[in-house]
Amino acid sequence: MMNDMPQEAVQEQTRRIGDVVLDLQNISLSFGGVKALTNISFDVREHEIRSIIGPNGAGKSSMLNVINGVYHPQEGRILFRGEERRKMEPHVAAAQGIARTFQNIALFKGMSVLDNIMTGRNLKMKCGLLAHAMFWGPAQKEEIEHRKKVEEVIDFLEIQSIRKTPVGRLPYGLQKRVELGRALAAEPSLLLLDEPMAGMNVEEKQDMCRFILDVNDQFGTTIVLIEHDMGVVMDISDRVVVLDYGKKIGDGAPDEVKNNPEVIAAYLGTSH
Amino acid sequence: MLYREAGQFKASYIEDQQIFPIRQDKIGFIAILAFFSLVVPMIASEYWLQAILIPVLIFSLAAIGLNILTGYAGQLSLGSAAFMAVGAFGAYNFMLRIDGMPFIAALILGGLCAALVGIAFGLPSLRIKGFYLAVATLAAQFFIVWALVKFPWFSNNSTSGVISAQKVEILGFAFDTPVSKYLLTLAVVAVFALLAKNLVRTTTGRSWMAVRDMDVAAEVIGIRPMRAKLSAFAVSSFYCGVAGALYAYTYLGTVEPEGFSLDLSFRILFMIIIGGVASIMGSFLGAAFIVLLPIFLNVAMHALFAGTMPAGLASNLELIIFGGLIIFFLIVEPHGLARLWQIGKEKLRLWPFPH
Repeated sequence: MMNDMPQEAVQEQTRRIGDVVLDLQNISLSFGGVKALTNISFDVREHEIRSIIGPNGAGKSSMLNVINGVYHPQEGRILFRGEERRKMEPHVAAAQGIARTFQNIALFKGMSVLDNIMTGRNLKMKCGLLAHAMFWGPAQKEEIEHRKKVEEVIDFLEIQSIRKTPVGRLPYGLQKRVELGRALAAEPSLLLLDEPMAGMNVEEKQDMCRFILDVNDQFGTTIVLIEHDMGVVMDISDRVVVLDYGKKIGDGAPDEVKNNPEVIAAYLGTSH
Repeated sequence: MLYREAGQFKASYIEDQQIFPIRQDKIGFIAILAFFSLVVPMIASEYWLQAILIPVLIFSLAAIGLNILTGYAGQLSLGSAAFMAVGAFGAYNFMLRIDGMPFIAALILGGLCAALVGIAFGLPSLRIKGFYLAVATLAAQFFIVWALVKFPWFSNNSTSGVISAQKVEILGFAFDTPVSKYLLTLAVVAVFALLAKNLVRTTTGRSWMAVRDMDVAAEVIGIRPMRAKLSAFAVSSFYCGVAGALYAYTYLGTVEPEGFSLDLSFRILFMIIIGGVASIMGSFLGAAFIVLLPIFLNVAMHALFAGTMPAGLASNLELIIFGGLIIFFLIVEPHGLARLWQIGKEKLRLWPFPH
């Protein structure tokens, strides 16, 4: 679907790519005896769309969980913007500008779309509990200031009409979009997307692709994407990492990866 | 036909953020508040004020407290009555031991004591969830009641820990009549209900609800579960503590630790389940329902079967009907009276048309 994109646009995107922001070196993660990731190294460059692909259970989601601090790898080093991270809690990662969406939608079901996206801005809100209880004064000013930003995200994702709807009532495709909105509200510099297009129909996928490319293009956000739709991955990614059984079997530009015999073997199987 | 929001446009975020964005709701709320603060004191009998309205208000405040913890932050607790006891005994000791202690200050300090105890007993919530946490809060319930009886210092060495509340005086005005006590309770409850509403519609409330709905996602966007859970425990216990102090000072006058039993904790839990979980208004509706229904049933049974039925049978029958009605309500609307009210309002917007 992105094949007919003008050639200049593609070139401009590749030109913007900058230095390495996230460098993962020899990451190994295991749960008891189960090895989820074995000795994986790759890097992510500024402003690029970096995809992670692989068959089910390859360790893709575990990789994202390592990046934003939900899991702590037993071995390996993670350098984010040149600084080595020791055991890091997810909220610290969030404070450093890493946001993410989840494979199974992880929205706050009892809250409205607006409130869900507002929570995305919680790190930027400074008022304390007493100010909130008093409301009129600093807390109200802050709410309004951040509401403006949230409305920008709502406009960007074209979900104006549902802003007051509880997210539990929304269809799946829109929930995915709201989840992206919540991540965007934090104005992240690194956005981790875990299967943003899973279970979507063609139109919804096209919309989601457009949003991802626009985020990357307009805000310069670096994106790490896990996705099973190979058409999408090969079209929009700058570089692709391929995992299989927790090991890295391929890394490079989409075309390189597509022709890598190991990758083909992992996806299609080989005749022995 | 009267309940239409057509023509009410919001031109700024301030207008959109109001507690009552629909004009009719605002007028209705002001009318209800005016009725309870101006008309009720003139027409209500002493029995109504002392035995019905004051306890309903106090239980509403306690229910708001539990609703913050269980409804908004999703942490099940069975210790509300114990936190009420801490508030009551805390306020009593501040009044007793510090000369010229203003009543409102003692009320708030009592609440703060409860908040500290609440934080301490909230610590297990960082590791355990759901029913297991409820069992852990049972420890608070039994430990606090035991400690208040065991250490006579808390009750100024009275036998079995009974305390008699001192006279309530604010700026030289003595609150000794039922009407004045009722108005004082109403004022305190109204102010704290407003503060609670403000808390739940700002970042604090959103972080509580985020932890309740999906704690991993909340952490990933930067909310600290520890801070959210402990602040919920603190605020919740503060509200229960203030309610407990009012319970001693404006309702009963004389309280003992045994009065704040597990039974009372369960009643407050029923109030929020019936009234509506995660709803400030639901806390009021639930408290009114649980306090008023037994009284209403009692009066109704007397009117219907006076003399024809043994008293023991009648009172048991009351309990059976009470339980049955609770089950009926939960089947009809599991989200409580607040949800029924909301559905009613949505229907009213369209009335007389079906769509």
